[in-house]
Amino acid sequence: MFADFDFDVIVRSLPYLFYDGMTFTLMLTALATTGGIVFGTILALMRLSSFGPISLPAAGYVNLMRSVPLVLMIFWFYFLVPYIGQWVTGASRPIQVGAFVSSLVTFTLFEAAYFCEIMRAGIQSIPHGQVAAAQALGMTYAQTMGYIVLPQAFRNMLPVLLTQTIILFQDTSLVYVLSITDFLGAASKVAQRDGRLVEMYLFAALVYFVMSFAASLLVRRLQSRIAIIR
Amino acid sequence: MPEKRVNYHWNWGIFFQTSPDGVHTYLETLLMGTGWTLLTALGAWALALVLGTLVGVARTTPYFWLARLGDAYVELFRDIPLLVQMFLWYFVLPELLPVELGDWLKQLPDASFYTAVVALGFYTSARVSEQVRAGISSLARGQRFAALALGLTLPQAYLYVLLPMAYRIILPPLTSEFLNVIKNSAVALTIGLMELTARARAMQELSFQVFEAFTAATIIYLVINIAVTFGMRWVERRSAVPGLIGATPQLATH
Repeated sequence: MFADFDFDVIVRSLPYLFYDGMTFTLMLTALATTGGIVFGTILALMRLSSFGPISLPAAGYVNLMRSVPLVLMIFWFYFLVPYIGQWVTGASRPIQVGAFVSSLVTFTLFEAAYFCEIMRAGIQSIPHGQVAAAQALGMTYAQTMGYIVLPQAFRNMLPVLLTQTIILFQDTSLVYVLSITDFLGAASKVAQRDGRLVEMYLFAALVYFVMSFAASLLVRRLQSRIAIIR
Repeated sequence: MPEKRVNYHWNWGIFFQTSPDGVHTYLETLLMGTGWTLLTALGAWALALVLGTLVGVARTTPYFWLARLGDAYVELFRDIPLLVQMFLWYFVLPELLPVELGDWLKQLPDASFYTAVVALGFYTSARVSEQVRAGISSLARGQRFAALALGLTLPQAYLYVLLPMAYRIILPPLTSEFLNVIKNSAVALTIGLMELTARARAMQELSFQVFEAFTAATIIYLVINIAVTFGMRWVERRSAVPGLIGATPQLATH
């Protein structure tokens, strides 16, 4: 069973797995989280608007994204992004974009729908008196949101936002369907080249497990610290 | 010379053309994929409900080590990406089993379907167990005490008192977990299951009508989603516990 388990193939491919693969995975996770939270917050503000032409498109977008598999969206954007690029820049033909840009656009736009729902819950958890007080002080909508509501909503929702980031980190493995060299893609390429599927996939699972587990422990600690302050 | 714009050529008639398999139209191949998506999701859901209930119950029992074992189970299946779990079941497990058993597994017809059901079932069971645990913990302590005081054994208390209440309370989050199973079944295309997304991908590769294929798949997923949501809303209304506001634990998932 484990008699011919080849640890050496793992050791030999470590630089490739982490320098090429994990760098891509972590970069994608960090940038897509940042972009997703920014766009998601905008969507949340739109959804909470009482003006239909603003709230309905946002609601439609979020519900659409949450109804389809991420894999399907990865395919969608892989083919759509070149045309969006053509449309934005006014070029004569679809713009060729790299694997990284394509996945970054996909994950930012897809995860924004999930971040939107988190931020919406966060904004709705702020007592209405806070908004009323801000308005009584003569603050504009932008000031009320920027200085009063969003900072508190963001802080209340920080554990949930971070948990969603861990989910995003795991989800980035799905760029495998585009043959991109993220961490799993790198492991998979070594596995197929050397015929060492057992070693590489078990190692990949171990790395994902350790990183996600450590991150979720940190989130739990953060959660209890926030709970004490409040 | 004026620049010539390269545009996408739409062809919605493509769905009624015969696909390269020579028998079915493209529309029929998509519908066959929908069948596999639903079959995989239902199979995995059945497995997830059984395992998730067992683990969720284990985590609420007074037995310390049984509860910790349940916690470990949830961490294990939650902290590894679903795609990696599929690979472990599909590529790694047959190699770790005795040779005859492993070979039998590899030669099984529809192996990717069974693997997808098992992988998705275990993955989802961790999430279901979280809901079951939350549902049981939300019940008043007195329910458990009253059941035991009446002379019910602990298994009987769970079976006749705690679980029937817990299920009714956690029905809404279970609905969204079921929707997740349907969406997550698309990951099985990586191990060769020809479900809906895989069929749309194949149609794109064979006919070059990228956006028609993906639009059709998106619409089918939307219809399934709406149908399940409305169906479950009816069930939720019928099974709502009288006197409760309906506040239930929710998890951000997809």
